[in-house]
Amino acid sequence: MEYRSFVDIYTEWDIVAARQLGRNEAKNSGFGTVDQARITTAISELARNIYLYAGKGRLEIERLSENGLHGIRIIASDEGPGIQDMRKVMEDGYSTSGGLGAGMPGVKRLMDGFKVDTEPGVGTTITATKWLR
Amino acid sequence: MNKQMIKCINENMDEIIEKWQAMMKNEKGERFFHFMPENLVEKTSREFAELMTTNIAENNIINAEKLTDFASKVVRFGWSIKFVNKAIDNFSNITFDLLEEKEIIHHDNVRLFHGTFANWISPLRETIIEAYSVEWERTVNLQKIALQELSASLIPVFEKISVMPLVGTIDTERAKLIMENLLEGVVKQRAEVVLLDITGVPVVDTMVAHHIIQAADAVRLVGSKCMLVGIRPEIAQTIVALGINLQDFTTTSTLQKGMKEALELTNRTIVEVK
Ligand SMILES: Nc1ncnc2c1ncn2[C@@H]1O[C@H](COP(=O)(O)OP(=O)(O)O)[C@@H](O)[C@H]1O
Ligand SMILES: [Mg+2]
Repeated sequence: MEYRSFVDIYTEWDIVAARQLGRNEAKNSGFGTVDQARITTAISELARNIYLYAGKGRLEIERLSENGLHGIRIIASDEGPGIQDMRKVMEDGYSTSGGLGAGMPGVKRLMDGFKVDTEPGVGTTITATKWLR
Repeated sequence: MNKQMIKCINENMDEIIEKWQAMMKNEKGERFFHFMPENLVEKTSREFAELMTTNIAENNIINAEKLTDFASKVVRFGWSIKFVNKAIDNFSNITFDLLEEKEIIHHDNVRLFHGTFANWISPLRETIIEAYSVEWERTVNLQKIALQELSASLIPVFEKISVMPLVGTIDTERAKLIMENLLEGVVKQRAEVVLLDITGVPVVDTMVAHHIIQAADAVRLVGSKCMLVGIRPEIAQTIVALGINLQDFTTTSTLQKGMKEALELTNRTIVEVK
């Protein structure tokens, strides 16, 4: 059975709400402290990117259960400007906002699966998964 | 007409209250009356009923003072706005039925009474919503202030050593405050070493890390050294995964270890005395 919940991102405080939701879901799915921190941090990065670059969007959390494996999927979607140069964005230190530019490559390392669907002018959807070991 | 209505309501108050209580107790999900001792339910119900009836205008002129009084008293009951709304609805429905039963409302004047009821109920609802939103705004503002007060003071612990314990979520506004307090405090307290304690920060993402790095750089510019302490094991792991470079920092897992290093840096040590 599929179980999904979400937080709409409009303000900085929605990032905190999304994080809180993620932490609870991770805890209830049986993830340990370290993985809880990884998942929460990944959500924080993706939600903040929505807030910073798209203005608004949605962060969804889905509990996964496939072939006896359990996990969590984060889906961050927006209808913002999209990403022009994916290769650059995945380089450590690339930022268009004077940030650390460590968010996107960081999320990829924090999670087990990471996928970006983006189209300039249309929007961005980022999916990141973590499996319970 | 309204006088007749008020008179009838007052004469049948006990019956109205009894019916109203029964309806309110049946409201799903809103169980305010279930946790209250029976005598308090009785008292509150009476008070509410009285507030409701005193707001039936005798000549359709709304008394603003009575309205404000109604709102401020009802807010103090501590009910949810949904419950209050239901309470008003139920009360008005019960009285309407009663007035029909007593044949004060009949098919010749029912339109007129609809007007009277609207005139009675709408202002009550509006003032209640207004009062609740004012109350919420006030609460949010107070909490903001409370959060600001709680955030980011630089504490001089020993000569030349100061600590800033960070507790809670760091947003852009707090990050600014941290920076200001840090720089001002370092200079004022003549601190040579500053320990930033992040034990109480729930999530260290790249934005928080960025602010910490900037704060440390600024501290360095005024000639002091900044240490990052209280890095919990899971936070250490996420920082590494994010690829954040803290090479220029002295970092320790606990404030205690950091303090020991800070004392060494300022050529001191803690000795036990017999
Ligand atoms: N949802 C998004 N929509 C559009 N652009 C984005 C989005 N997320 C990230 N980007 C782009 O990718 C860059 C790198 O993002 P990230 O790695 O999180 O670093 P930072 O946020 O510090 O700049 C951003 O500067 C921005 O240009
Ligand atoms: Mg980012």
